[in-house]
Amino acid sequence: MSTHRELDDMLGTRWRKPHFVTNPLLRWGLIVGFIAYMIAAVMTIEVDWGRVYEGLDRGWQFILAFTKPDFVSRAGDIWEGLLESIVMTVAASVVGILISIPIGLGAARNIAPLPVYVICRGIVAISRALQEIIVAILLVAIFGFGPLAGFLTLSFATIGFLSKLLAEDIEAMDKVQAEAIRASGAKWMQWINYGVQPQVMPRLIGLSMYRIDINFRESAILGLVGAGGIGATLNTAFDRYEYDTAAAILILIIGIVMALEYLSGIIRARVQ
Amino acid sequence: MLRLQKLTKTYKTGDQALKAIDLDVPKGQVLALIGPSGAGKSTMIRCINRLVEPTSGAVLLDETDLTKLGSGALRRARREMGMIFQEYALVERLTVMENVLSGRLGYVGFWRSFLRRYPQSDVDEAFRLLDRVGLLHMADKRADELSGGQRQRVGICRALIQNPKLLLVDEPTASLDPKTSRQIMRLITELCRERGLAAIINIHDVALAQMFVPRIVGLRFGEIVFDDVPSALTPETLTEIYGEEDWEATIEKVDDEDEEFEAAE
Repeated sequence: MSTHRELDDMLGTRWRKPHFVTNPLLRWGLIVGFIAYMIAAVMTIEVDWGRVYEGLDRGWQFILAFTKPDFVSRAGDIWEGLLESIVMTVAASVVGILISIPIGLGAARNIAPLPVYVICRGIVAISRALQEIIVAILLVAIFGFGPLAGFLTLSFATIGFLSKLLAEDIEAMDKVQAEAIRASGAKWMQWINYGVQPQVMPRLIGLSMYRIDINFRESAILGLVGAGGIGATLNTAFDRYEYDTAAAILILIIGIVMALEYLSGIIRARVQ
Repeated sequence: MLRLQKLTKTYKTGDQALKAIDLDVPKGQVLALIGPSGAGKSTMIRCINRLVEPTSGAVLLDETDLTKLGSGALRRARREMGMIFQEYALVERLTVMENVLSGRLGYVGFWRSFLRRYPQSDVDEAFRLLDRVGLLHMADKRADELSGGQRQRVGICRALIQNPKLLLVDEPTASLDPKTSRQIMRLITELCRERGLAAIINIHDVALAQMFVPRIVGLRFGEIVFDDVPSALTPETLTEIYGEEDWEATIEKVDDEDEEFEAAE
């Protein structure tokens, strides 16, 4: 009985989980190489300690400004920037979400034919490959300074984000539920409405809320390259070394993002 | 009424799931399809309404060859065939009523279905069916709140509201307890009798099939190896369908119980 002899041989021997990389030479090579790279990488970072010493003071001033944020002296500018950002965020999110739903459907391999899939995935890839700032710089160059460039940038970025995640959720849906709807003789749109949509709706709503939140934060960054919104106000405040006004703006941004986060939590709990 | 002619399905991997199946189902006949896992039972049922595309052969439903239909005609043909699924396949996040009414999707336009404004006759029929299976009070519950047996009864309503000529039933009792399984099988066969429906019930519980169904077809490796009344099933035929095993207990369970009972007396 060969199996029993093998068992006898194994009894009393130690057992260890097999290594992820089985070849010991390759394994140790990878470990040593990684450590060497880390040491080399850290050594190439030049630190000017004198500059850090000077900078500490400036950083401290900035942090101190948070203890006495100035909402008042530039209230008009802040209010205007904030309103512009909110309008930009809401408009870009609505437009972006509406466009990403059909593209998301097309980018799900289990419901879209191959040519449609390739085109929609292509759109998603382009949108995701181009970073918001780069798109914003381009669009500011085309449309000039102001919130229109910001609105277009955020819509474009929303499409890449939401279509991709929606498509992935559709690809992970339960096939039989959709199959059952198809078996009733439903048309394609009815099939999507009854067999697919109910399954992905909670995630679509959750992702949309998340994207609104991202879009608001992005709108603050886009102002730095001239795409309007609260970011432009923030940039001006920094340029004038008005850290107290900048602090006020940052506090407002943080407050709004947190409020959005709280709101999206409530909404997601409701749609489960 | 339904005739399969040399129905063949070869998957891309080269597996022959169905090898030239010939089968005739007259109007109003309920038949059980038995066979081991992987014998092609599910594939056969799905080839009939083309949820799976057959490779060759014909599926004749009242002289229409379903395998030759374009997408529009296929949708109209699917209305004639109600399907009941293993694990129920209800859309879990829709209500019971929406699930039942989804059986009418082949008949109503997109906007009507999208706005959930079905014709009153459909709504009434849905209420009648739910009442028939004892779930009228659950109409506005979400499907995922129901128990297994309840879900399958909703699945039955969804298939019947299509007003089909034929029911395709895929493992209706696979995840149900023995008592609920019997209730579901009884309900399906009763409803078929009431409405004069033909049905192909794909089932792996041989004893349950014998109990409720007048004709049994055995499938093995994509071929029909048995087609007869339930009483013709013997340990030999079961061995041919499923392979070697002790079959006495499966077939003569009812008799055994009687004998034990007599012996006890």
